[in-house]
Amino acid sequence: MAAPPPLAAYALRLGDDSLILGQRLSEWCGHAPALEVDLSLANVALDLVGQATHFLGVAGEVEGKSRDADALAFKRDVLDFTNCLLVEQPNGDFAQTIARQFLFSHFQELLFDALTGSSEPRLAAIAAKAVKEVTYHAQLASDWVVRLGDGADESKARMSAGLDWMWRFVDELFAMDALDNTLLKQGVAIDKAQLRPAWDARIESVLADAMLSRPAQRRPVLGGREGHHSEHLGHLLSEMQFLQRAYPGAMW
Amino acid sequence: MNNDWPLWEVFIRGKGGLSHRHAGSVHAADAKMALEHARDAYTRRMEGVSLWVVESARIVASDPAEAGPLFEPAEDKIYRHPTFYTIPANVKHI
Repeated sequence: MAAPPPLAAYALRLGDDSLILGQRLSEWCGHAPALEVDLSLANVALDLVGQATHFLGVAGEVEGKSRDADALAFKRDVLDFTNCLLVEQPNGDFAQTIARQFLFSHFQELLFDALTGSSEPRLAAIAAKAVKEVTYHAQLASDWVVRLGDGADESKARMSAGLDWMWRFVDELFAMDALDNTLLKQGVAIDKAQLRPAWDARIESVLADAMLSRPAQRRPVLGGREGHHSEHLGHLLSEMQFLQRAYPGAMW
Repeated sequence: MNNDWPLWEVFIRGKGGLSHRHAGSVHAADAKMALEHARDAYTRRMEGVSLWVVESARIVASDPAEAGPLFEPAEDKIYRHPTFYTIPANVKHI
């Protein structure tokens, strides 16, 4: 199979990140610690699914094989997903979910902020709309990190454990590969490695407020962008894609 | 867990120039969380441009048992309504 155009592959990565995290957060619906928190998480999830719709729409358009956002979301198998590993990690307890959101939303805010200057107008337009959503996600998650970290012994231990679990997947967020570099030269893509110092500063500042220490550096886990996923993604997709697999083309 | 969080009353300004109106209430551990919960629960459909939250316990309410002396004396003071004036025909927008 011929490789897709670089822009299609790039939009697919952006869309997959949002889609998979949106689906993960949706699993909390009806299970959150309080009704208000249930709504908070569902709102974030819907923002992310909305972003995914736009990015996957661009990916399908550029690819030119008449696959729309729905086809890309519901009719690809696990090896064809190019999201980063962080977003597919299991929800765990509430603190683990917040840890994932905290690390990812700060990354996504910096990324989208930079992407508003992309030479590809469709990506720049999606980023301009989404950066406001993501700014709120980062704020919401940061507040929870502080509340749990600087809370009771139990909440501090759980917040700390959640960050420990997710920390292995941070380096992948900022990793650059051939696709990134090709599109970076055209002014389309963002130099993610350059976002790292700003991200580190934000994370450090919130962790200091939360009286938490930065998790110990461990061997980073990479591979999501090439379709090498953890076992968790297949289970997520089997639930997300069930309806379209069982009743192809079903609509309402 | 919900029972541990105090109740907050939520007020929303629909658009610039209008006053804040009571929209409902949320549970939250502190003021910041109350604002976030109010935003997430009550402004999902572009309901407003500004939010107030106030701890429900801080609101001082009139006693329903005193509704008689408080409100009924106004009932027969119809002259307090500006309905006894003849408005000149060329005055618009009243």
